[in-house]
Amino acid sequence: MPLEFIKPGTLVRFLNYRKFAYLFSGTLFTISIISFFFGINFGIDFLGGTELHIKFNKPVRIHKLRKTVESLKLGDVVIQRFGEMGSNAYLVRVEKTSSKLKGGVSDVIKGALAKRFGEGSFKIIREETIGPKVGSELRKKGIEAIIFALIGILIYIAFRFEFSFAVGAVLALVHDVTITAGTMNLMHREFTLDTIAALLTIVGYSLNDTIVVFDRIRENMRKLKEKSKNLSEIMDISISETLSRTVLTSFTTLLVVLALLVLGGDIIRNFALALFIGIIIGTYSSIFVASPLVLAWENYTKKRTKKKARARA
Amino acid sequence: MKINPKTQFLILGILLLLSFIFILPSFSGVPSWWKGVLPGQKVNLGLDLRGGMYLVLEVEADKAVETTLENRAQRLKSDIADLKSTILPGMKIALTVPLEKSDLLKAKISDVKMKVVDTKIKDGQFTLIATLSEKEISEIKNNAVTQSLETIRNRIDQFGVAEPSIQRQGTDRVVVQLPGIKNPQQAINLIGRTARLEFKLVDDENMKKINPQKLVEDIVKENPKAKDDPVILNKLLAGKIPSDDEVLYQRSVDRDTGYVTKIPILLKKTPLLTGDTITDARVREDYQFHEPYVAIELNSDGAHLFAEITGEYVGKRLAIVLDNTVYSAPVIRERIPGGRAQITGNFTWDEARELAIVLRAGALPAPVKILQKWTVGPSLGEDSIHRGIWAIIVGGVLVVGFMWLYYGISGLIADLALMLNLIFMVAILAAFQATLTLPGLAGVVLTIGMAVDANIIIFERIREELRNGKTPRAAIDAGYSRAVITILDANVTTLIAALVLFQFGSGPVKGFAVTLSIGIITSMYTAIFVTRAVQEFILEKRASPQTISI
Repeated sequence: MPLEFIKPGTLVRFLNYRKFAYLFSGTLFTISIISFFFGINFGIDFLGGTELHIKFNKPVRIHKLRKTVESLKLGDVVIQRFGEMGSNAYLVRVEKTSSKLKGGVSDVIKGALAKRFGEGSFKIIREETIGPKVGSELRKKGIEAIIFALIGILIYIAFRFEFSFAVGAVLALVHDVTITAGTMNLMHREFTLDTIAALLTIVGYSLNDTIVVFDRIRENMRKLKEKSKNLSEIMDISISETLSRTVLTSFTTLLVVLALLVLGGDIIRNFALALFIGIIIGTYSSIFVASPLVLAWENYTKKRTKKKARARA
Repeated sequence: MKINPKTQFLILGILLLLSFIFILPSFSGVPSWWKGVLPGQKVNLGLDLRGGMYLVLEVEADKAVETTLENRAQRLKSDIADLKSTILPGMKIALTVPLEKSDLLKAKISDVKMKVVDTKIKDGQFTLIATLSEKEISEIKNNAVTQSLETIRNRIDQFGVAEPSIQRQGTDRVVVQLPGIKNPQQAINLIGRTARLEFKLVDDENMKKINPQKLVEDIVKENPKAKDDPVILNKLLAGKIPSDDEVLYQRSVDRDTGYVTKIPILLKKTPLLTGDTITDARVREDYQFHEPYVAIELNSDGAHLFAEITGEYVGKRLAIVLDNTVYSAPVIRERIPGGRAQITGNFTWDEARELAIVLRAGALPAPVKILQKWTVGPSLGEDSIHRGIWAIIVGGVLVVGFMWLYYGISGLIADLALMLNLIFMVAILAAFQATLTLPGLAGVVLTIGMAVDANIIIFERIREELRNGKTPRAAIDAGYSRAVITILDANVTTLIAALVLFQFGSGPVKGFAVTLSIGIITSMYTAIFVTRAVQEFILEKRASPQTISI
C-alpha cells in the first residue's frame, strides 16, 4: 500500500472527550453569538448603497480620497485598499443610493474624483448600486435559504436514518454555520451574498462528512448488536473506522480551497476564506460534535420514557 | 450490483463523444458544415466574467394609474367647465366643483368608470374623491409593466447591444442584462427616459402680465427642491398662475460655449397632441449650422390633428415638450399638412441619436427607477477568468498528485475520473446553456476537491475489505457495493443545499449552485461506474490477481 495516514485498527475513544468538545464548541459558539450582537459587518448586498471599485493610474493618498468622498455628504463612507500593493485600486462605498437614472450617486463621486485627482486619472472597474428595498429583501431571502436548507436536510436524514441522527446532524450544522460566520465576523470580514453561498456550501459539505460517519454507525449497529456493544462504543468504532476517509477528504478539499484563497483574486477571497474556516470546523464537528449529540438525544428521550413509565406505574 | 466493463466503456465513449461535440464550439472555431447539424452554443459566461451591466428596474406603475385618472378627469372637464382636479396619494383623485354642480358631477362620475371613495363640502365647494375599480387598477399596472418591457427591449435593440436579456421579475420589476457594453451611462439614459412627447401652446398673453422668471426665482429661493422638479414647482405656483396653465423650463444651449440655461415658460397645461402618433424619428443635419435635429413623422391621425392645430393657432407659439422640458417653441407660421415636424434644440450628435431612438421606440407608460445596478469592466472579468483557471489548475495538480501518491494506480484511476468530471461539467454547462460565473468557477474548484471524495470512500472501504482477508476481486465488489449507499446519502444532502441556493440566489451565486450541482452528479457517475469499470478491466487482464495497487 503506497501511503497510510491513519494506521488500520486505530480505535480512539472519541466520545470520552465529549465534555471537552462541548466546552470547546460551547465557547466558540457563545463568542460567535456575542460577536453578532456587537454588530455584523454587512456588505452592500444587504445594506444597500453604492460601491465603486476604482483603479488609479498613480498612487493616491487614502485620506485624500476619503476626504474627497466624505465632502460629498453621501452618508457613511467606507474606503478600502483593494488588490495587491501598488495596484492603486480602491473600494469606495457610500450609504446613499439614488434611483434616478441620470446624475446618480456614482456620477457624483466620479465627478468629484475627476475634479480632485484629474480627469482620466482613474478607471472604474466595477460599480454596484443596491437600493435599500432590495438590500432588506436579500437579507430576508438569505436567512430563509439557510433555514429551508436545514429543514430539507432534517427531513431527508430523519427519513433515511433515525430521528435522533437528524437532530444530531442539524445541530452540528447550526454549530458549523454559526461558528464560521462568527469567525468571519471577528475577522471583520464583510457579510455578503457570497458569504451565504459559502455557508450553504459548508452546510452541504459538513453534512457529507457527518453522513459518512452516521452511515457507518448504522451499519455497525446491525453488525455489532449481538456482540452487546452499547451505542457509544459503536460510535467510537465507527468514527475511528471512517477517520481516514474524513481526514483525507478534508485534506484534498482544503488543498483546492487554499488554491482558491491564494490564487483566486480579491473578489473571491471572502468566499474562499469562509469555506476554509467552515471545512475545518465541519470536519471537527462530524468527529467530535455530531455523534455525541445523537447519543445525548437518545439518552434524554430514554430517560423521559422511563420517567413516564414510572409515573404510570 | 455487477458491472460489465465493456458496456460501461461503451456508455462512457458515447458520453465523451457527446461532450466533445458540445465543448468544441467554446474553444475553437467550428467548420461550416458543423453549423445547422451539430450544436454551436458556447459556454455562457456570466456578466461578472465577460463584463457588462446588470440592472433591476422598478416600473412605477402607480403613475400609469394616475395618468389614467387625469385623463378621465379631463373628459369630465369637457362637460363640467369649472371642475378642478388634484391627484392624491394612493392612486386617488380629488374632483372639486361649485356646490350647485355636485349633482352633475355625481351623475357623470360613473360615465368615466370611476368609483367614489369619499365626498366633502367646504366653503361652497363640493369635493369628491374617486379612484378606479381594483380590477382596472391591476389591469393598468400589468399593462404598464408589459409595455415598459416591450419599450425597453425596442430601445435596446435599436441601440445595438449583442445578446441583451430583458426579463420581467415579479409583478413590477424588469431585469436588464447587457453583456460587454462599453458605455453603460448612455444605455441607462436610453432605458430610463420616459420619452413623453407633447405639443403644448405657449400662453404668451399671460406671459406678458405675469413674469414667470421672477415668480420661479422667488419660489426657488424658499424651496430649492422646486428648482429641478416641475411637479413641485407647479404645486407651489398654484394660485399665482391661471389654473389651466403650468410653468416648465425651456432648455437653451449657447452655441459657442455649450452652456445650458433653463428659462421658465408659461404653457397651457393640456397637450394638443402627444407622441403616440409618431411613426418614425430620424436624425438629420441642419445645413445652416451643421447641427443635428430630429425629424419626426406622424401617422395619418396625428398628421390630420397636427394640420388642424397648426391651422387654428397660426401666429401663436407651439412648445415641443419632452419629459416636461421644453426643447423649442417656434411660432406657427402656417398650417402644416403632411404630419412632419422637427425637434431642434442645439443637440449634440449623441443626444440627437438617443432622442431619435426613444421617440421611435415609444414612450414608457410609467417612469422607471433603478433598484439595483452593477457594472463590471471587461478587464476585471478577464482577470477573474485567468485567476479562476489558475486556481483550478493548481488545485487540480495538487489533488491529482496527492491521490497518486496515496493510492498508487487506483489513485491514477481516480485522477482519470477527475478529468472526466471536468470535461462533463463544461459539456453540461454548454449543452444546457447554464451561466458560468466567478462563484461558478469556485464551484468547479470545489468540485475537484469533493469529486475525489467518492473515490476516497470507495478506496478506503476496499482497503478495509482487503485487511479483512478478502481477495482483490471480492474486496472490490464489497467495497463498491457498500460505498454506493454512503455516497448516495452524502451527496443527496449536498444536492439539497445546492438546490436551495439555486432557488434563492441571484446572478453570480446562482452560477455557483449550478456548477456545484453538476459537479455532484458527474462525480457520482464517474466514481460509481467509471472507476469501477476500469478496476474490473485491470483485474480481468491479469491472470491471477493476488494484489492490487490501492
